[in-house]
Amino acid sequence: MNPILILIAKRLGLGLLTLWFVSFGVFFAIEALPGDTAEAILGQSATPETVAALRKELHLNQPALLRYWNWQIAVLTGDFGTSLSNGRPVSELIGTRLGNTMFLAGMAALISVPLALCLGLLAALWRNSLFDRLINAVTLTSISMPEFFIGYVLIFAFAIRAGILPPMSAISPTMGLPDRIVFTILPALTLTLVVVAHMMRMTRASLVNLLSLPYVEMARLKGAREMRVILFHVLPNALGPIVTVIALNLAYLITGVVVVEVVFVYPGLGQLLVDSVSSRDLPVVQVSCMIFASAYILLNLTADVIAIVSDPRQLHRT
Amino acid sequence: MKTRLANLRQVPPTALFGIVIVILYIVLAILTPALTPYSQREIVGGAFLPWTSAHPLGTDSLGRDMLTRLLYGGRNTLGIAFVTTILAFAIGMAAGLVAVTVGGWLEPILSRIVDMLMSIPQLIFKLFLLSIFGTSIPTLILVIAVLDSTRVFRLTRAAASSIAVMDYVEAARLRGEGPWWLMTREILPNITAPLIAEFGLRFCFVFLAIAALSFLGLGIQPPLADWGSMVRENATLITFGDITPLIPAAAIAVLTISVNFIVDWMLHKSTGLKE
Repeated sequence: MNPILILIAKRLGLGLLTLWFVSFGVFFAIEALPGDTAEAILGQSATPETVAALRKELHLNQPALLRYWNWQIAVLTGDFGTSLSNGRPVSELIGTRLGNTMFLAGMAALISVPLALCLGLLAALWRNSLFDRLINAVTLTSISMPEFFIGYVLIFAFAIRAGILPPMSAISPTMGLPDRIVFTILPALTLTLVVVAHMMRMTRASLVNLLSLPYVEMARLKGAREMRVILFHVLPNALGPIVTVIALNLAYLITGVVVVEVVFVYPGLGQLLVDSVSSRDLPVVQVSCMIFASAYILLNLTADVIAIVSDPRQLHRT
Repeated sequence: MKTRLANLRQVPPTALFGIVIVILYIVLAILTPALTPYSQREIVGGAFLPWTSAHPLGTDSLGRDMLTRLLYGGRNTLGIAFVTTILAFAIGMAAGLVAVTVGGWLEPILSRIVDMLMSIPQLIFKLFLLSIFGTSIPTLILVIAVLDSTRVFRLTRAAASSIAVMDYVEAARLRGEGPWWLMTREILPNITAPLIAEFGLRFCFVFLAIAALSFLGLGIQPPLADWGSMVRENATLITFGDITPLIPAAAIAVLTISVNFIVDWMLHKSTGLKE
């Protein structure tokens, strides 16, 4: 069999295994807590009889492993249980919010990926120029800033001072696409500023690395212009690492989204996770953590697979 | 031979700026109780008072002096971040060194555990653990320290495994030195340079993690002051065009930028020496 396929299958297997471990951890960490769901629902004034009755109704009297198995099957078939705090099905709570979060992350990706590629390309083209050093200083600064600082500065500048954009992302499901975009611009811009620096630096670094190779010297000696050397000789070889970095940063977007959603009161999954952690609404915490972790693991997996596929040299490394 | 002063002059301006800022933060954190007449829990007047001479930065949402809370917030967050980073290094370095020197079946197991822990998004993982174990300062320190020790473990293991195959380590092993001697006398002194740079970076990440968790209301709990929750509690002021809530956020940004500048310079210097 093709060694590339074996390697990819190995990575896929490892990713699925991790995902399974995460679900195991998520389920049993909550199992280990003192008290159980029945007591949490009924509160402190409950009599032992009512607790026992509810335990039976929730199948809490079954062995933990069996309940884990049932929970796993239920989650895989889209049944996420009910929220402790308001009794609504978790899938209903999550449905629209997951869509909103995807919309935000997608918009941030649409802005940041082309921007980072262009900036990285230009920085590599004009390396050690004033532009390069300026970009370097700016990106180093923006990497070190907490997301909420960037978010509030943007709110202050664009919503309060200039008054051209809404300070809060009051999105409703009935809203048309143009309105949605207007309400999502500021949070998406915040996320962009957070990830663009890293992507751009990695793009520049992988291009500059390749520029010192002999085949680039050859292309220059035969008279190719700098722009042509970078676009047609260097970029195809740098594509693998760059795409990997993009996938990794999209994975980072998934976690960055939590803080940004809270800053802009954006009705997404991150906000829901933070709210349910504060109110200890564990079924919701379980499911949102699973969703975030799966998206993160899958994107990392994609990065790995792209790195393998795009670089045949990877094959001979093991 | 150069004097110390001449050495200082070679430090690039960005790193010099970083060093000055870090020293300033440390001095302010230590002197905090002497610098302000109020305590961090004390309510001194109405909520959201404007800037006056008695309250240079006004008061917060509960009527506590903003400058006092800013100073105490720095003291609390810096202290907790420092303790957490030390703990993360203690765990990570110990595990990394043991994995390399003792080796055997321990190394693959530790590595797989670390791989697994690192493949889960860190902020989500921390939120999940805090929701289970509750949000007290010891749990906060422990959760962040354990999760961040994974990176220290990887670095220690990578650096130490290149040293562990050196002849002088083998010689020490052959003359009958125990694993403790090998770790502390033969390997550790040779991997301090990357570890110190990592300490600076790790401190930044830990500091940012604590600030983000506190901002989300799940880190340092009130009435203790800290920069993350100060931003959240007073964020409404921003909609009225008041920049006061941005000051603690900017304080975080300035500190992490400064540490990054120093680490950047140290990395440049250490790689420069190798060439």
